[in-house]
Amino acid sequence: MGFAKFGNDLYTGERSIDFVGRRKIWYGIALLLLLASILIPIARGGFVLGIEFRGGSQFQVDNIAGVSDDPIAAQDLATDTVNATVEDASPRVTVVGGDGIRVQTSTLSPAEANEVRDALIEAYDVPAAEVNVSTIGPSWGADITESAIRALVVFLVLAAIVMALYFRTWKMSVAAIVSLVHDLVITAGVYGILGIEVTPSAVIGILTILGYSLYDTVVVFDKIRENTDEVGPDSKRTFPEAVNLAVNQTLVRSINTSVVAALPVGAILFIGANALGASTLLDIALSLFIGILVATYSTIFIAAPLYSQMRENEIPRSQKNPKSDAIDRTPVRSGSVR
Amino acid sequence: MAKSTPVRKAWRSLSWLLVITLGLTALLGAGVLWGTASWAPKLALDLEGGTQIILAPQLEGEQEVTADQLSQAVSIIRQRIDASGVSEAEITTQGSGSGQKIVVSIPGVPDDETLSRIEASAKLEFRPVLVSEAAATSAVGEDGTETATPTPEPTPSVALNDVPTTSPTSASDLAYVTDALADQYTNFDCASEVAETTNVAPADEPLVTCDDLGQFKYILGPVEVSGDTISDATNSLVTTSAGVSTGEWGVNIVFDDEGTEQFAEVTERLFNLQGSQNQFAIVLDGRVISAPTTNAVISNGEPQISGNFTQETSKTLADQLKYGALPISFTTESTEVISSTLGDSQLRSGLIAGIIGLILVLIYSLFQYRLLGLVTMASLVVAGVLTYLVIAIMSWRYGYRLSLAGVAGLIVAIGFTADSFIVYFERIRDELRDGRNLVSSVEAGWKRALRTIYAAKAVNLLSAIVLYILAIGNVRGFALTLGLTTIIDVIIVVLFTHPMLQLMAQTRFFSSGHKLSGLDPDALGAVYRGRAQFRSPAITKTTPGATREAARRQTIAERKAGALTGAARDTHVDGKDS
Repeated sequence: MGFAKFGNDLYTGERSIDFVGRRKIWYGIALLLLLASILIPIARGGFVLGIEFRGGSQFQVDNIAGVSDDPIAAQDLATDTVNATVEDASPRVTVVGGDGIRVQTSTLSPAEANEVRDALIEAYDVPAAEVNVSTIGPSWGADITESAIRALVVFLVLAAIVMALYFRTWKMSVAAIVSLVHDLVITAGVYGILGIEVTPSAVIGILTILGYSLYDTVVVFDKIRENTDEVGPDSKRTFPEAVNLAVNQTLVRSINTSVVAALPVGAILFIGANALGASTLLDIALSLFIGILVATYSTIFIAAPLYSQMRENEIPRSQKNPKSDAIDRTPVRSGSVR
Repeated sequence: MAKSTPVRKAWRSLSWLLVITLGLTALLGAGVLWGTASWAPKLALDLEGGTQIILAPQLEGEQEVTADQLSQAVSIIRQRIDASGVSEAEITTQGSGSGQKIVVSIPGVPDDETLSRIEASAKLEFRPVLVSEAAATSAVGEDGTETATPTPEPTPSVALNDVPTTSPTSASDLAYVTDALADQYTNFDCASEVAETTNVAPADEPLVTCDDLGQFKYILGPVEVSGDTISDATNSLVTTSAGVSTGEWGVNIVFDDEGTEQFAEVTERLFNLQGSQNQFAIVLDGRVISAPTTNAVISNGEPQISGNFTQETSKTLADQLKYGALPISFTTESTEVISSTLGDSQLRSGLIAGIIGLILVLIYSLFQYRLLGLVTMASLVVAGVLTYLVIAIMSWRYGYRLSLAGVAGLIVAIGFTADSFIVYFERIRDELRDGRNLVSSVEAGWKRALRTIYAAKAVNLLSAIVLYILAIGNVRGFALTLGLTTIIDVIIVVLFTHPMLQLMAQTRFFSSGHKLSGLDPDALGAVYRGRAQFRSPAITKTTPGATREAARRQTIAERKAGALTGAARDTHVDGKDS
């Protein structure tokens, strides 16, 4: 098979893609993407936050006849009514207590709220007194955001320490965290660029990407660790070459993993985009889909070259100093093929 | 020998997996038969709906609710609900100005215990007892109307003195018991409506109240230690000084420095007093839950309070004390059943997407790894079974609820889990490329892959644990799902995928490198040596040195790869034999 041959050639080094050497190109692309992810949302006026973050308007319609017979139809009627009256209200409809309908929308102006109220009165054919309009506060309050951010910071510090201990170099931690930030900014940026509403589901999707990005980086870095352990004074390979070989050797893994991870998410995305009302699925799948692809990409094109670049300067030193860690662990063997 | 050991190990691992699976199934089955468990996991608010509880602030007189107080209350209520399990409740405020209310939506139907957990203010005070007596139990007027009970309305009678004649020297000073207070005390009926509602008095004034069973009534001195000074609270069985359990539940309180000091002062003073004055009352939301006698000076700031607690109520109180009292009292304005916002259609769409995703993964795995792809699929199925069992058990024991975001998280876990296999398979292929036979490739590849898998999964587990401990709300549910799938993933790859490969490596189909096995050395480019070489089982050297040597040899393979001649091939074979 062509792909198997491709994998073999990458493994032996017969075919090699110069990920490390052409890093200036990758850095340039990353910079452009990052700038776009930051500037375009700012130009568009920031993220569109969901009701859960900002609060909104609530319409409660009571004593409706026939809700209990077909609650789903009653819910759909409310969704359609609100959507037909106001744009971008993103209504969330709930049946309350058997004969009531609760509609929560993004914050509406008094004029819009009146329109929706009138439309609901007409749609459900109830007296005006049965429709109650009020405001609701955010259910994902500042306290949840604060605790999540605190947890994130603690996690990043701990993860950096754990990686530094495991790989015995803080430079891998730095490279991994830099590529993680890259992934998060771009994934979040897509929401800002496309103007898609950010819901708690999307935030949780982004948190998942946080884990995935580090996970992917650790897998590739572990191969880099294995390969660069072999780099010694008598090695025919320079440090960047060893890193590049490791990335090439794990390239098939990276492709396979990202495809396997992206396939189910792609299925959710496809269904979410096509099935009616499956918007929550779409919210979470979008961040995951973009995140998985970006995370795989950034490990190869950013984390690995960055790590190599940080280590390159110390190679001459380690060659002069035979007590260096890398050499200690690979004693020169006699009777080698050479 | 080299053959039998991996096989025996493989069977042992597979047996362990079977034991774990059967154990979980039995646990869940027992829960279904004798407990409250069900075979299907419970669903969260967004998929199943639940109950909407509207809490209105209970205001006295001119009292006003500030936005700060309300958001503080929301935060405390959320912590209390979180402490009872991972149910992903939704808590928000509704309305504006003085009409603001708190709306709590929780999945399922709450029982009284849950309701009191949410709405009780949980204002804890320690007050010294000044006077106490058994409450008059009038069998006739028990359920009597308003007229049957004397109305102790706060109509301050002019005739009675309500200012202490001498200024009290300590909180235990009986000078606090003024004529007016004594009169209120005499007329106070524990069964009356007034006594039922929360009884409050300013912290620096005495309080007339009853215990929570209505058996005793008290005049209590001013607050000496307040609940704000509690830094932690847990519940446990009460033990005597001999360490024997009394079978009674109690709440263990840990005070901060200020509380410890105040509490030591109180116990020191009360220890020397006689009769009722020797007692101090633990007052929760205006009612005495316990009024123990002071037998010792407690200076370590860690008292245990007992009362009429069950395991549940003691846990509730401990949680409430830990997260602090609500700044205002609330009453339940309405409790209504609400439908889901997403409903069955979304769940169905999610599940269909999951199935489509799995089929796509299967096709891709078969394309990439031939029949090895079936191992991936089987591993994913076993992982799915374990995950399902654990989630069902969690939703029974810890109130875990599966939300749509959770379902999506599980679908994404397919990718994480499959990656362990991919890393492993690729390592085996690398070893095959280095010219090992299949059995030793599986073992050597496994060693290297396992290290990578552990390192990567450790990072995932770390994020799950940190997020679970530090975050609140929906994030916790997500962290739980992530941690769960990570652990199951490691279990599967160790106890299922690797043993399966160990066993398969023994079969002719795989060890001969059949074209469809996905482990065909020819296709993997292990062409540098003669076919006879890598089939020979004699070269099984698994010392780390050999592994490194293999990598070194492959270094040359690369160096010479440009001009791969027959001569170069000979050098390689020689090199291996050395």
